[in-house]
Amino acid sequence: MTATRTEDLMPFDDVLEAYDPALGLEVHVELNTASKMFCGCPAVFGGEPNAGVCPTCLGLPGAMPVVNGKAVESAIRIGLALNCDIAEWCRFARKNYFYPDMPKNFQTSQYDEPICFDGYMDVDVDGETYRVEIERAHMEEDTGKSLHVGGSTGRIHGADYSLVDYNRAGIPLIEIVTRPILGAGEKAPAVARAYVAQLRELIVALGVSEARMDQGNLRADVNLSLSPKGSGTLGTRTETKNVNSFRSVERAVRYEMQRHAAILSGGGSILQETRHWHEDTGITTSGREKSDAEDYRYFPEPDLVPVAPSREWVEELRGTLPENPTVRRARLQAEWGFSDMEMRDTIGAGALGLVEQTIAEGAAPQAARKWWLGELARRSNEDGVDLVDLPITPADVARIQALVDEKVVNDKLARQVFEGVLAGEGTPDEVVDKRGLAVVSDDGALGAAVDNAIAANPDVADKIRDGKVAAAGALIGAVMKEMRGQADAGRVRELILEKLS
Amino acid sequence: MSDLTRSTAAALAEGLAAGEVTSVALTEAHLDRIDAVDGAVHAFLHVDRDGALADAADSDARRARGEARGPLDGVPIAVKDVLTTRGLPTTCGSKILEGWVPPYDATVVARLREAGLPILGKTNMDEFAMGSSTEHSAYGPTRNPWDLDRIPGGSGGGSAAAVAAFEAPLAIGTDTGGSIRQPGAVTGTVGVKPTYGGVSRYGLVALANSLDQAGPVTRTVLDAAMLHDVIGGHDPRDSTSIQQDWPSFTEAARAGATADMSGVKVGVITELAGEGWQGGVMARFQESVDLLVAAGAEVVEVSCPSFVHALATYYLILPAEASSNLAKFDAMRYGLRVTPEGDPSAEEVMRATRDAGFGDEVKRRIILGTYALSSGYYDAYYGQAQKIRTLISRDFDAAFADVDVLVSPTAPTTAFKLGEKLDDPMAMYLNDLATIPANLAGVPGISVPNGLADEDGLPSGFQVLAPALADDRVYRVGAALEALHADQWGGPLLDKAPVLAGAAR
Repeated sequence: MTATRTEDLMPFDDVLEAYDPALGLEVHVELNTASKMFCGCPAVFGGEPNAGVCPTCLGLPGAMPVVNGKAVESAIRIGLALNCDIAEWCRFARKNYFYPDMPKNFQTSQYDEPICFDGYMDVDVDGETYRVEIERAHMEEDTGKSLHVGGSTGRIHGADYSLVDYNRAGIPLIEIVTRPILGAGEKAPAVARAYVAQLRELIVALGVSEARMDQGNLRADVNLSLSPKGSGTLGTRTETKNVNSFRSVERAVRYEMQRHAAILSGGGSILQETRHWHEDTGITTSGREKSDAEDYRYFPEPDLVPVAPSREWVEELRGTLPENPTVRRARLQAEWGFSDMEMRDTIGAGALGLVEQTIAEGAAPQAARKWWLGELARRSNEDGVDLVDLPITPADVARIQALVDEKVVNDKLARQVFEGVLAGEGTPDEVVDKRGLAVVSDDGALGAAVDNAIAANPDVADKIRDGKVAAAGALIGAVMKEMRGQADAGRVRELILEKLS
Repeated sequence: MSDLTRSTAAALAEGLAAGEVTSVALTEAHLDRIDAVDGAVHAFLHVDRDGALADAADSDARRARGEARGPLDGVPIAVKDVLTTRGLPTTCGSKILEGWVPPYDATVVARLREAGLPILGKTNMDEFAMGSSTEHSAYGPTRNPWDLDRIPGGSGGGSAAAVAAFEAPLAIGTDTGGSIRQPGAVTGTVGVKPTYGGVSRYGLVALANSLDQAGPVTRTVLDAAMLHDVIGGHDPRDSTSIQQDWPSFTEAARAGATADMSGVKVGVITELAGEGWQGGVMARFQESVDLLVAAGAEVVEVSCPSFVHALATYYLILPAEASSNLAKFDAMRYGLRVTPEGDPSAEEVMRATRDAGFGDEVKRRIILGTYALSSGYYDAYYGQAQKIRTLISRDFDAAFADVDVLVSPTAPTTAFKLGEKLDDPMAMYLNDLATIPANLAGVPGISVPNGLADEDGLPSGFQVLAPALADDRVYRVGAALEALHADQWGGPLLDKAPVLAGAAR
């Protein structure tokens, strides 16, 4: 059963007439450390279920945690890149609640002493800059993964039985929490999307996570509330969990704004609760109620000593940070020779990193931009996935452009190569091979086709002989048709003119 | 060697080294003793005859090749059932872990195995170490070898009774608020709580992580020191374990045995005496202090005013940590699973299992701890308790600025009767009054037998506390007092214990 909408929505423009949105984003980043947060097990989710576990991450009686130093380093680097202060001394805390995929029935996290706090990130939306304030970034461990078998919804209720894979339990997470983002107005959905997209870009540049939203390496929870326009108050918020693509972040904010507005304008009140996002139908449904029922009984984790990063170490790590995003964008724009509009579109599409990598693989800047913002953006819209989640790499795109440059394929055929790569048919070269897409530049075969075209169109041929070179187009078309498009149009033209000169 | 089970571990070690006895012979002797008396004492929850004998045979083979791993290689030991043992059941005295066989060894256990000590079995305890009498074991109480109608102390009554009844020369205990020292006092044996962080907690099923510490349970101070040298030291798997080189405790105990106390300043804690303290216990305590003075010690009285709040503080911090530690027992991965009728949810299975699997004392403390950590109460209870804890540490710091060691009776009374305090948790808790401050501050302590109370003829204990990291001092002073009393009595106190039914003596 797919969730379908049962709730009223207010038209988006009407929402903005009456309400101010307040946004908040909580993003979990799964680190790519070799081992887990508190034990030596591989920090790799997947593989044979429950093979990557030990007494510590299984929560066996007596087992104890030991902090992964590399995870602390990654946390500090993320914090520094987000302009945060780094705590001189902080502790882990236990967040107590019962759930079958929580091995200890408490999550080792951080509470009132996060390692990073008070930062910000400047987010570009349509040429305007929004400063998103970061309240904190803290370290914690992931839970196991439940698989509910049977039943209709895939959720725990109604399932015949549930399986739990603890391979994921204990994988290091950094949770990055914003302060309420106010004043974005109609841009709220776009700001949310841009924040997550730019955060991802930053995480990738830091090299601390694979940061694939479709793989769950980067998971966004979207908090939203509305308040009466101009009131300056904060309304009751809902928290929409696990929104797993940039476009879904945008859609979820939009949806919740419309849903809240419909309720509020009808005299109702918003229930503070967790909402589930449904990717297929683009709606949210009610999850568990939050309010006072949830008391996590946080207290400092007594099995761990405080984390006290020395100032020397923090400064050393500051020296390893990638270029500041604003500086980087300016540099890239200059290097690539993009217009402001081209740059804005590239950033807006979440394609900056992809374009950069494609250029690094040898493609010309305009060609890289053209493919990612043209053919591939179209496919990402059609399939409802983010560009970065398309099953094609920047290296593939660069190779396809190289095939065009080498005249192995023309632009039109290149689109078929993209289609083949996206369909999983192999590398660009393999697709060209398997689909027989290489343009025919063998003059013998082409010559025969040209002769046929001339023979079939004597009038046109005469015009060309009389010097009306523009008429060649008709003959080129005929040749291309006979060659099923697999010919280099330039070479065809040359042959026609040679033969009719 | 004559009577293997009545020898000290140090003597057994010498016998093994001299080739006068084999590990198999002395392991067998202890297993036979267990067969003979444990029906009455019930110190063991699990006896591993085959495993212990196999380990003993390996030890003998090693020694024959000249590859003995240390002085205690081949000397058997009993382990409190709160430490995980690969391949051996570990229940923590609870029904909820009945039948659980851990896939890994606690670091302490791994160190015992590396040092070649055959493990005789797992000893009885109050469920999850919650109690002072071992009556809260889900598998029935352990009885005091001095009087089978009396408690052996707790939570580690099994380990103390095992060495008191000569079923094992050595045992491992754990001490969260006195669970090594108080059983030592009431069974006439020696128990040491090391400095917090001195012995790895990895594989010790946590009661209260910030208080728990494993340590030696023996009949002599020297044996305790030798065992401490085996199990102590930094463990990378326990972040709270201290990274430093420790002195040889064996040497400290040997030095103390000369009973020269000159230059040692001893502080008697004012607050650990008075109303509720048994007359005979106080009389023995004063006698011991007098012996130390006669041996050259300078004795002064020291006030530690915050100690009066120690019990209340302890009963907030401990349940808070325990309530969280015990959450993992939910039937999902190991241990007991109770499935209610119908089509129960995971939550209903958890609830039914925890209801059936935990005893009353465990439930009482889970509820206390959950309450103390609850939103709105945290500051008033858990937060406040942490502040008092700091004050108690400061009292110790101030005292140790003036004296080398602090002393008190280990427990306010001798062993009480089984069932006597079972319905009065507060009275039970009060028995740990003198031992709790050391856990709150993380300092080391020893209990040494110091005679029999006049009223009931039962053993009392003398506690010596030292600053953190100065565990060698408790061995030095403990060994001195032991030697002074041995001169006074003409032999070990346990020689005065009654002969157990079914045993040769």
